[in-house]
Amino acid sequence: MEYKDYYKTLGVERTASQDDIKRAYRKLARKYHPDLNKDPNAEDQFKELGEAYEVLKDPEKRAAYDQLGSQWQRGQDFEPPPDWGQDRGFSEGGFSHTGGMGGMGAGDFSDFFESLFGQRGFRASGFQQGGGFRSRGEDQHAKVQIDLEDAYNGATRQITLRQQQVDDQGRVINKPRTLNVKIPKGIKAGQNIRLAGQGSAGMGGGPSGDLYLEIEFKPHRHFRLEGKDLFLNLPLTPSEAALGTKVQIPTPSGKVDLKIPAGSQSGRKLRLKERGLPGTPPGDLYAELSIHAPPAHDEAVAELYRKLAQAAPYNPRRHLEA
Amino acid sequence: MNSLTGTILEEDIELTLGELCRNCHVEVDFVVELVQEGVIDPLEPDASRWAFAGHNLVRLRRAVNLHRDLGINLAGIALVLDLLEESERLKTELARWRSPS
Repeated sequence: MEYKDYYKTLGVERTASQDDIKRAYRKLARKYHPDLNKDPNAEDQFKELGEAYEVLKDPEKRAAYDQLGSQWQRGQDFEPPPDWGQDRGFSEGGFSHTGGMGGMGAGDFSDFFESLFGQRGFRASGFQQGGGFRSRGEDQHAKVQIDLEDAYNGATRQITLRQQQVDDQGRVINKPRTLNVKIPKGIKAGQNIRLAGQGSAGMGGGPSGDLYLEIEFKPHRHFRLEGKDLFLNLPLTPSEAALGTKVQIPTPSGKVDLKIPAGSQSGRKLRLKERGLPGTPPGDLYAELSIHAPPAHDEAVAELYRKLAQAAPYNPRRHLEA
Repeated sequence: MNSLTGTILEEDIELTLGELCRNCHVEVDFVVELVQEGVIDPLEPDASRWAFAGHNLVRLRRAVNLHRDLGINLAGIALVLDLLEESERLKTELARWRSPS
């Protein structure tokens, strides 16, 4: 496994005070907190920070980590010393980080961390012996990326997530689990699907938690989404816009003919009622017009432009002159 | 493998105070204070019959994360959540202006 340099992660010296460590952590945590930073890498960086802070904020763990010495480099191949863990009391976990939300859970800390300080999990059997302890499993949260067409037509998507399970020895472990999930028609970006009883397993015969899947849409090559409404950029030539025409445009259910009224201008939105995402009421589809002039690449076209300018004098900048 | 059918939290689900607390691992007092700050809104003003529309769960989870990870107090959380919503609205607006023309 790879050695982790927790001081480098937090950007502090090995001699930093506890106050310096807290300040550095808070500053970076504000930057990379997944509720504040939507960058897909932010969550991983935030977890790295959480792990580094978990060790360095606790004088006992920090001292143990420091005993490994400063000769290690980040990413270097690492094995804990053979006598590690004796007398330290870390091997059964029992530390203070209260994960379990926002995607944090047992196993989110690295192998490096677990080799030094043990797993976050605890032995479920201990509780059972303690007098019929039952506890409901953790609710679990994950993000799922879908295509616009999945929300339009409904779909079944296969997802794989790491989930807490109790093994034969009563230890809580993380295992990958694959599920087929129906994507309801008309679901919107940012909404959550609740799957009752599909979260982490309960303890001592307690029920499983629920699984929440937050929906994200992959970018679409034609459409932009706002709630249930779809927006399509529709380029037109000046003659199409001035004279009116009929053009074929894509919709999620296939191509349709759209009538462009004569005298249309850039920025005008034409609404196709109920052609957005399904629902009660369904969303609409808006074609946003943008006018693209053909280039005057030869003399004949240039002459026609000059004739047009003479025949139809038009000042689109009049509002700038006042 | 069978396909699982879920329910949409924001449209079909109402949660009790107990369910909110259990889901987010918080005490009732924490939720009560967030209601007082206007961070989450019960459907009924009568506290003995509090029920919450599903979207409150997402707000509460964010509030708990911000409180736990960044040490933000409740008034600060209310402000951060409002600013986050404003920021998301502006990003949508920006996407509209940046869309190819």
